[in-house]
This record gives sequence, C-alpha cells and structure tokens, in this order.
Amino acid sequence: MTGNPRALYQEMILDHNRKPRNYGAIEHPTHHAEGLNPLCGDHIDVALDLARGTIDNIAFRGESCAICKASASMMTVAVKGKNRDDAQTLIHEFVDMATGRLDPADSRHIGRLAVFGGISELPMRVKCAILPWHTLQAALNAVATTSTEADGDPMHMSMGGA
Amino acid sequence: MNDIATTVAGTRVARHSASPFDVDRIRDDFPILKLFVAGKPLVYLDNAASSQMPQPVIDRLVRYQTTEHANINRAVHYLSETATAAYESARRKLQRFINARDEREVIFTSGTTDGINLVMQGWGRKFVGEGDEIILTVLEHHSNIVPWQMLADEKGATIRVVPINDAGELSMGDYEALFSQRTRLVAVGHVSNALGSINPLKRMIAFAHAHGVPVLVDGAQAVPHLAVDVQDLDCDFYAFSGHKMCGPTGIGILYGRTALLEAMQPFKGGGDMIHTVTFEKTTYNTIPHKFEAGTPPIAAAIGLGAAVDYLSAIGMPAIAAHEHALLHHATQMIGALPGVRILGTGRDKTAVLSFVVEGIHPHDVGTLLNQEGVAVRTGHHCAQPLMKRLGVAATSRASFALYNTMADVDALVAGIHSVQKVFA
Repeated sequence: MTGNPRALYQEMILDHNRKPRNYGAIEHPTHHAEGLNPLCGDHIDVALDLARGTIDNIAFRGESCAICKASASMMTVAVKGKNRDDAQTLIHEFVDMATGRLDPADSRHIGRLAVFGGISELPMRVKCAILPWHTLQAALNAVATTSTEADGDPMHMSMGGA
Repeated sequence: MNDIATTVAGTRVARHSASPFDVDRIRDDFPILKLFVAGKPLVYLDNAASSQMPQPVIDRLVRYQTTEHANINRAVHYLSETATAAYESARRKLQRFINARDEREVIFTSGTTDGINLVMQGWGRKFVGEGDEIILTVLEHHSNIVPWQMLADEKGATIRVVPINDAGELSMGDYEALFSQRTRLVAVGHVSNALGSINPLKRMIAFAHAHGVPVLVDGAQAVPHLAVDVQDLDCDFYAFSGHKMCGPTGIGILYGRTALLEAMQPFKGGGDMIHTVTFEKTTYNTIPHKFEAGTPPIAAAIGLGAAVDYLSAIGMPAIAAHEHALLHHATQMIGALPGVRILGTGRDKTAVLSFVVEGIHPHDVGTLLNQEGVAVRTGHHCAQPLMKRLGVAATSRASFALYNTMADVDALVAGIHSVQKVFA
C-alpha cells in the first residue's frame, strides 16, 4: 500500500465530508436500500425518487469514514436528474475506476469523481469508496439490503486478522 | 549432533543476557525495522496483530532448511533424526517457557484459533451437553467466541457473558454470579487484544476450580508480553500463537493438563496420531502426538523455539518493564491530545492503546498515519461485541513490542496531530 493518501484526502473530498450534499431523508422514495460494510461497521442508506423516469430526488445518510461519505455525497450530486440507464453507466464506470480497471481520463462520465481515482492504490479502502454506489445499484434493483460482502461483488476481498 | 548441522549456529542470542535492556541493540536484530514507508522510517505499532522477526530466528529457519530438513518421526536416516530432534527440542523450549510440568502437555497447533478449536472439538464435543453453560467475557476475540457458539448450537448449550466496566475491566462479582450447576467451561482471554486489559486470571481460575469447572485461556496477547507460568495460573488449557512473539506464522501452542488431554477425542485423523491402524480398529498415539496428525510445520516449530530462546535471553520481566514504560508514556501523551479519547483505561494493562479521534473515522486515521510511516490497526479488532459495549464501530489501536521506543510514541503523537490538521 504505497499510494498517496494526501492526494486522496484533497479539498474536494474533505469538503464533501464536512458538508455532505443531499444528506438526510426524502419523502415518498420509490427506491431505497441500505448498504453495509460488515468489516468496518460502516453503513449508509440511499433513497431516491424515480417516479418520472429520472432521479428527481436522492438522499443518503449513515455512519462511515470520510472516503465513503464524500463518495456518497458526490454520487448524489452526479446522478441527480439522470435516468436509470445513465445512472447505471456511471455506477459501472465508478466501480471500474475505483478498482483500477478504468483510467478516469478515458471516461466521458466520471468528471469530478476522478478525485477518487487514487483509491485503487489503496486496496483496503476501495470498499469505502464503492459502498454508496453499490447501495444505489441495489436500490435501483429493488434490493433492500446489500453488503460489501455480497455475492458477485467486485469489491469482495477478505480483511481479517487480529 | 554431527558437524554438518552446526556450521551456522545462531550465536547472537546470548549477548543480551548479561547486559541491561538496550532497545537500540534489540532493534538492530530486526532487519524489517530499517524499512521506510511512504518515505518515512517505519514505526511499527501493530504488534498485537503480528510481531516482527529477529535475525536469530530468521537464521534458524534458514539453517533448518539449508542443513536439517526432512520429515519427522518417520525415517531412520540422518536428516529425519536431525529434524525430529530439533522439533522435539523446540517443544521442550516452549514447555520451559510457560513452565508446563511435562513436554507431553505442549501440543503444536497452527495458532491460537486452532488451539481453541481443538479444545472445542476434542473436549467440548465430548463433555458439553444440552442445557450446559459456557462462560465467556465481553472482551473476547472472535476466535474465543465463535467456536463456543458452534458448540452451543450443536449441543443445545448456552453461552453466558461476563460484562466489563467502562474502563474495560471485568468484575469478579459479575463473573462469580454467572456460575451455576450447569457451568461446564470458562473460556477467557488472558489479555484483551483490543484494549490490553489484563484479566484477574488466578482468581478467576481458582473460583472456577472451586466449582469443578475447567478454564481455557486465550493467551495470544499475553505470552509475548508477560512471563506466563501455567502451573502458577493453574489453568487447564492455554492457547497462544508463534507469530505474535517474534516467531513464524502457522505455528502455535496448546498447553493442556495431561489428564484432560488424555480424556479428549483426537480432532484430526491421519498419520502420526495413530498407534496401530487396521480397517477394523485404530488405536491412537499418546499425547501430544494424538493431536498432531499429518506433517506439522516443522520449520515454523523450530523457528518458534528460536524465538523463545531470543525472548528468554532478554528476559520477559525486562520486556514487560520496557513495554510498561512505553504504555505509560503513550497514555500520557495521547491522553493529553484534544479530541482524542483512549478506550481501555484499566489499571492492569499490556502496552495496547486503543483510541478514537473525535470526528474522524478510524480508517481515515489509519490511512493518514500510514502516510507518516506509522502502522496501526484500525477496525473492530475481531471483537465486535466489545465494540458494541464501548459504543463505537471501530477504533485505532497502537500496540507495542520490545523493539518499540519512546521516539515511536512521539511519532504516533505527531501523526495523530497531522491527521487532525488534514480534517481541521
């Protein structure tokens, strides 16, 4: 783990951690899911309104590290107003970037989310950045609860030890 | 032994014995401590997870692989006899180190978890039944919880849990109140891995024995830091790991009283653990071999013996005193930092310091401390029930060993300060 955390903990991420956007609950969500990272105890809730075919409203809340909270905050900003397909595309590209399979420079969608590009250098922290996106995916697919340890999860990896 | 086997004898061990505790000389024995991480000198404070290995232990492993290796307890040729003698010599070193009565009471396992599971499978499944009760404490590591839950589920037994006070200490009164006619076993950690609390084992064991109840001790966090005497403790089982005491991974010890070990079912069947085998009936080998089926990690066992030589030459009381001074300094320095709270403030502690930084998640603390070259553990420390009791999801944990210095404490303090600055 020789990545540069200083580059990761830059002002945009610290700002979204301090003042998370779209934090809280929304009335009458059409989709909702809870995401858990049992390995560190972090959890977040994502709720959204997709009644008119686009994500007209979205909110999150929960307890997590700065990386996870900033990722959730920036995610809500990024997907608001998008339709389901565009949101799915962004989810996949974010996960690919965070796991080192996509260079943000090669994406037309990632934009400011490229600040999370460095997370792929810190394998133990990748899950923190991905958890909100995984939870949004679950909400869109009407899965009530998901986990970073769920089957088929691209971030699945073991973290054990005393 | 033959000349071939003694050409690279480890002679570095003895030099510490006559001199007072000299941490700089000790550090010279650990090559990994010269590493730089993120451009900074490594400050290794994750010793409760795994400790580092001194050169004499590394040398012993190399010497074994270079000049002594063969399978043990089998062939009559030179190498097999050499390897067997070295393996059994390591067992006797471990016996002396924990003051067991008899070398047959010292079983090589793969580690503490393996030792606890061996007692669960071999003793628990035979002697615990429906309606029986097993006493644990809220301080336990998952490896001293989950095996007993598996047994309780299988047998219809019940787990009872000793609570702690806010300082992270057990109360004898709460412990004694949990005993009933159905109590069959107490399984307790000697030292809490997450907080460093040292439990009042002698009194706990004496009380259990007065009720005819045997006691298993998870000693993973005690053996590397305290002089442990299983006869003085009077415990029935005592499990610990090699890799937390300057030895290799994949090796550990289960101490058990002879009578209990002889009454136990073997857990793993296979070679070495048998006396005779026919398709009609197998008779088992005597202890400790009854519990050592298959080819063991021979090199790791011999390496653990070398680790015991190394620690013994320095002396466990001297190591404990040095680490206590580190704990005292770290507690004062970190306790004085604004916005930092220490978890685990009991009177009797090993050098483990769990803390939370206000408004900053432990994983962010750990990632940023790593940038300063400081290695700490962050998370729930495989002690989720304890985290729940303390009202936190996770903590950061600095855990010290014989080679840590006051300068390491200062680097940690400076590191926490820089983490707070990033989030200010």
